[in-house]
Amino acid sequence: MKYIDEFRNTAHTKALAKRIADIAGDRELTFMEVCGTHTMAISRFGIRSLLPKNLRLISGPGCPVCVTANDYLDHAIALARLPNVTITTFGDMMKVPASTSSLTKCRAEGADIRIVTSTTEALTLAHQNPEREVIFLGVGFEATTPTIAASLMLAYNDKLTNYSVLAAHKLIPPALEALLGGQLKLNGFLLPGHVSAIIGSNVYKPTLAEHNVAAVVAGFEPTDILRALAESLEQIVSGNYAVNVEYRRVVSPEGNTKAKAIVDEIFESCDTAWRGIGVIPNSGLRIREDYASYDAAKKFNVEVEPTREHKGCKCGEILQGLCQPSDCPHFGKSCTPDNPVGACMVSGEGTCAAYYRYG
Amino acid sequence: MKIENIDGVTATVSAAGSTIAANVMLLDEPAIGEYVLVHAGFAIKKIDEQEAAETIETLNKLVDK
Repeated sequence: MKYIDEFRNTAHTKALAKRIADIAGDRELTFMEVCGTHTMAISRFGIRSLLPKNLRLISGPGCPVCVTANDYLDHAIALARLPNVTITTFGDMMKVPASTSSLTKCRAEGADIRIVTSTTEALTLAHQNPEREVIFLGVGFEATTPTIAASLMLAYNDKLTNYSVLAAHKLIPPALEALLGGQLKLNGFLLPGHVSAIIGSNVYKPTLAEHNVAAVVAGFEPTDILRALAESLEQIVSGNYAVNVEYRRVVSPEGNTKAKAIVDEIFESCDTAWRGIGVIPNSGLRIREDYASYDAAKKFNVEVEPTREHKGCKCGEILQGLCQPSDCPHFGKSCTPDNPVGACMVSGEGTCAAYYRYG
Repeated sequence: MKIENIDGVTATVSAAGSTIAANVMLLDEPAIGEYVLVHAGFAIKKIDEQEAAETIETLNKLVDK
């Protein structure tokens, strides 16, 4: 078992595509994939070409970089301009346009900004450079947050005093609730696989129970996505709505309890702003007061420039599923992966980036 | 990815010929030979082989219909 090839079997995908077409019939249905990795997988594997025309897949607010508001980036840039500060970040944050600059431009101006693939690399930098303050840009959903919480726990246990995190972590279930309360009409959600590996499938039940909406936690291979859609259609046809798990090899009802405990030790929930959506109650995480000396927002007093949004950019509507990338006047013209106007074109998980790359 | 070796909270994991280091402090009792989901340098969940086999069996039955 390699856990990849087995879930890309052509005979399986053909059988699933036929099953989907048979169940869907002529129903006009819209499903939202909430996770940016699903958005990329659906485009990359050509999943839409296997589906009947009356079954529509739209992308949701599941790209962490995309939903991060401009004021957070402005704050990060202000921190980067401080003397003796090294900013560490996942790479897809670099090109996101902030109000008047970006991390890439800021680095070109002389700031010390390093791309890392893990918080463990940021910790190593802090250990190796005790004279510098190493700040990690903590952006991400529930799959990534435990890795940042773990780094803070390791720093605390090692009494490492020159490491801190600028936290902007977000939670998926409150975002689903906000979407269901909005103007978008959805028949079902493909729920995120990696986020659910941590939080489990039970956590969605209170949010989704009041709505007649299909919900299946899906993996990221072609047969995963197609099987989740088939299971969603079965829920719609039967009227028995539930939170099903297709990605059972990874996702359990309770999730990863050890990771959840580490997150809970370091973070507490708070209201937070999502790009294009606005503030969603209790949809973010902030560092608890007990660990305030590791919270870059509290540790450093910096002046942050006034926030400015980019004219004409439709990232906000795209993140809510209210329009498609092709509806944006910038898409593919003034906004490309090399010169992005909006965050959705920057990240490898961004909807515009996926549509630009794969059509 | 497959756990090849464990030293404290750091494991060596491999997939498709590539080998990297991954922190395993988010897992209960990680063991050599187990497959794990690695995200941002951390193993975040063990992969359940029996569940994977059952999924493939279900898909095989769909093809045989």
